[in-house]
Parts: sequence; structure tokens; C-alpha cells
Amino acid sequence: MDYKKPIPALDNWNRPFWAAAREGALKMQGCKSCGHLFYPPGPVCPCCFSDVLEWRTLSGRGTVESWVVFHQAYYKGFSDELPYNVAMVRLEEGAYLFTNLVGIPNDKIRRGLPVEVIFEKATEEITIPKFRPAEPAEA
Amino acid sequence: MTKELRDKTCIVGVGNTQYGSFPETDSYGLGAEALRKALDDAGLSIRDIDGVIVNRIPSYERFAEMVGLGHQRFSLQLQAAGRMSGVSVMMAAAALHTGQADCIALVYGNNGRSVREYYGGGDGAWGPWGFTSPGARHAMMARRHMELYGTTSEQLGHIGKTIRDHAALNPDAVMRKPYTIEEHQASRYICEPLHLLDYCLINDGGVALIMTRADRAKDLKKTPVYVSGFARNDTYAMSSFYTPVDDLWYEGLQDIAARVYPAAGISRDEVDGLMIYDNFTPTVLFSLEGMGFCPRGEGGPFVAEGHLGLGQRWPTNTSGGHLSESYMQGWALIVEAVRQVRRECGSRQITNCNVVQYIAATPVSASILFRR
Repeated sequence: MDYKKPIPALDNWNRPFWAAAREGALKMQGCKSCGHLFYPPGPVCPCCFSDVLEWRTLSGRGTVESWVVFHQAYYKGFSDELPYNVAMVRLEEGAYLFTNLVGIPNDKIRRGLPVEVIFEKATEEITIPKFRPAEPAEA
Repeated sequence: MTKELRDKTCIVGVGNTQYGSFPETDSYGLGAEALRKALDDAGLSIRDIDGVIVNRIPSYERFAEMVGLGHQRFSLQLQAAGRMSGVSVMMAAAALHTGQADCIALVYGNNGRSVREYYGGGDGAWGPWGFTSPGARHAMMARRHMELYGTTSEQLGHIGKTIRDHAALNPDAVMRKPYTIEEHQASRYICEPLHLLDYCLINDGGVALIMTRADRAKDLKKTPVYVSGFARNDTYAMSSFYTPVDDLWYEGLQDIAARVYPAAGISRDEVDGLMIYDNFTPTVLFSLEGMGFCPRGEGGPFVAEGHLGLGQRWPTNTSGGHLSESYMQGWALIVEAVRQVRRECGSRQITNCNVVQYIAATPVSASILFRR
């Protein structure tokens, strides 16, 4: 076991998200009352306070809303990858995720870039959803 | 705030320690020193205090015991976050006006530098993707602003440079050497698009305020500074992303702008200076736009035009703010507001200063109008 990056802390609300990722699916909670899709997971819908929720499988497609590039290591496991990006992706179903973009140089990232999910296995239990350009980035 | 609280309470004493590295003391010691100075400034003694609000010092109970506060009628500890400095003033004003106490000491102590407080890392929810730190959250917002409106890092540099120029006039400021936009650009990236010089300065220090009702303030040593009006807007949607992504706090600040001036009975045109929570340079930009000092999206060109400098229309953070005086989480900005309104600021004094506005764009956004 030589995975050195932080491992997500599993709790009663986010366990299905990580279980789905392990199976190669991006799932989020949706509200059966008002239809709202949301992340992070929780016991009730933040839009209408309903507790009638379901886990939905998402397309895994979205666009970059914003991004940053870390030049300082706050986590030992990321120090070898400096400078590394973190992007805020707006999924086509409407919810947001912070994630890493792979397969694109940091200086080619732009707002509106179409991206799609990929899954990187971290440990036997944990697989991390990341994103890559959905079409070739401009050279 | 309703008009009922307009001009009903005053800040009558302010005190601060030096800012820097003081491992020989701690937040309790720094708070006690600031409190002594604030009491001296007001011409009051610790026996006059019957209410206390403590911030960042770990235990209000121990602090009150330590400085010998006797039977208090009011005490309160707020979360050790910068958003709570303005909130503390509001809580004190409401408590005083409703007779819960007659004289409240607000005490802040921070030994973040000595204990090597590290803003980032830990087991946050986004750690698996390496996303952490307040700076990164503001970098994410800044990048979005740049993409939407064409804002540049150089424009953010103008904010930092102007505030540094002010710090050069403040003997208490930790960083006093002016820099150029080129030097801002050459400073290393911490979390791109933010450079080192877009970040505030972590230091040790203490700040204290003494507040009382206006009717009791008139007989005290210094010119009373009225808490003329205030408003807040607590924005929790998207808290897990740390960024209200759709609006960069715009809606919440617009709500505050609509309420704070009527609450005080003061128009924006009457404001002489601004104290803007500058944990990072983009926060100043979002504050100016949200409060309506410039149109939405035009904050970049607006700051580059130089309006925030002393002698210009909206002198901002004349002490050097968090970026160059020290990160005292809003507390030292409120002290500077008081000193400006009292006209005690020497070479950095705003001419004929009557009204100063404090603005903090945070998950608990707040604005307070102070007047003489």
C-alpha cells in the first residue's frame, strides 16, 4: 500500500458515492420531491428539505467552471505532482464537484472546457473520480 | 438592523499590541495587553466592564478569570473566524441597547504565527483531490472572475500595492516596504492565479474594543465613535465548495448595501473611507462590486484606476489591512476605522474623515458604518 494522498473519510451519507466510484460510476443524491441533484451527500434535500432521496447515476460529463493550480504542497502525497490543478466541474445534470483534470497541461485549462469522468484506483476500497477533456484540447 | 439601533452605541476605546512573533506570550497574554490599552484609551478600568465578548482566545471563561472580570452580566465567545469580528460589534451593540450590559469589552488574541498555524492540509472533504486552504478557495473565485470579466492578476496587484503603500505610513504594520506591480507579478504563486503578495500575513497580536451606550459615551476620554448602522447576510449555499460560485457573494452584499445605509441614515456619498476584509486581494474586488462601489465585473479596471489610495475617493485599508499590517481577522480594521473617524492617524489620516465603512465578504458577510 503506497498510496500517499489523503483518503476520503467515509460516513453514512457519502458511502454510496464512494461505493459507486469503486464500481466505475458517478452517483449523486437526487431529491424525489423537487428533483434537485446535490453534493456533498446528506440526509435531506437542501433545496426543499424533503427526506425522500435517491441515488442517481450521472453521465459523467460536464464543463470546467473554474480551476486553480497549486504551487505549494499542503499534502505530502501531492508534493511530487506540483504544480497540480484542481478544477470545479459543473456536471451536465447541474451539480458541482472539485476534482483533478488529467490529460491536459495546466496552462490549457479554460472555463467551459468539456470534460468527462474517469476513475483512478487509489486503494482496494477507494477509487477517485477525476476528469479529462471530453474532446481534444486546442494545441 | 432596524433603525432602532442607529447611533445608540459607541466604541469608546481601542487597543492593540504590536504584531509579529511573540512566542513568549500567547493569545491570552496578547488579549490582556490589548484590553489594558483599550481601557486606558477609554479612560476606564477593568471594574467598569460588565460584559465581555472573546474571540480566538480559546476559553472566554479562563480569559475572564485571568484578567479578574467579576460578576459579568453578559459574556459570549464566537467562532475563531474573521467573519465574527464585525458580528461581535453587532452583538455588543444589540446587547448594550437592550440593557443586557452597560460596558462591553471585546477582546481578540491570536498567536497563529508562534504556533505555526497552517491554513491548509488536514482531513477536509476535498483532500483526496488536494484541494485545501482559504487561499485556494479565493483563487478559485478569482479565476472565475477573470474568466467571466477579463480581470487580471495585475489588477489584483493594484489592490495589494495600494494597501502596501498605506502600510508604509503605519508604524504598526508588519510589511512596510512599497512594491511595484512588476514585483507583485514576480512573487511566487501559492495557488495560481494568486501570488504570495495576494495573501495576508499571519502574525501574533491582540486587539480590543470597549463599547458602551451613546448616553454614557459622551463623558469619556475620547471622541465617541458611533456604531451608526449595520447589516449582515449569511450565505451558506455552496459552503462545502467555500465559494458561492454563481455570484461571488454578490447577492448577499447587494442585500447588505440595500440595508446598511438606510439603517445608519447615511448615504454612500457620505462615506469617507473603507475598511475591507482583505484576507486575499480578490475579496476586496468582490466587496467593491457587491456593495456597489463599481458595476459588477468592473472591479479590476476600477482598482487599477487608483480609487482606493489615500487622497482618492475611496481610501481603503489605510492601516495596511490584513495584506500588509497583519491578519487580525477584521479586528484591526475596525480599530483603524475608529482611529480614522477620531482623526488620530497622522500621515495616513483621511482628510475630514467623518464616516468609515467596514465591509467583510465572507460566508457571514457584514458591513458596519462608523461615524463621529
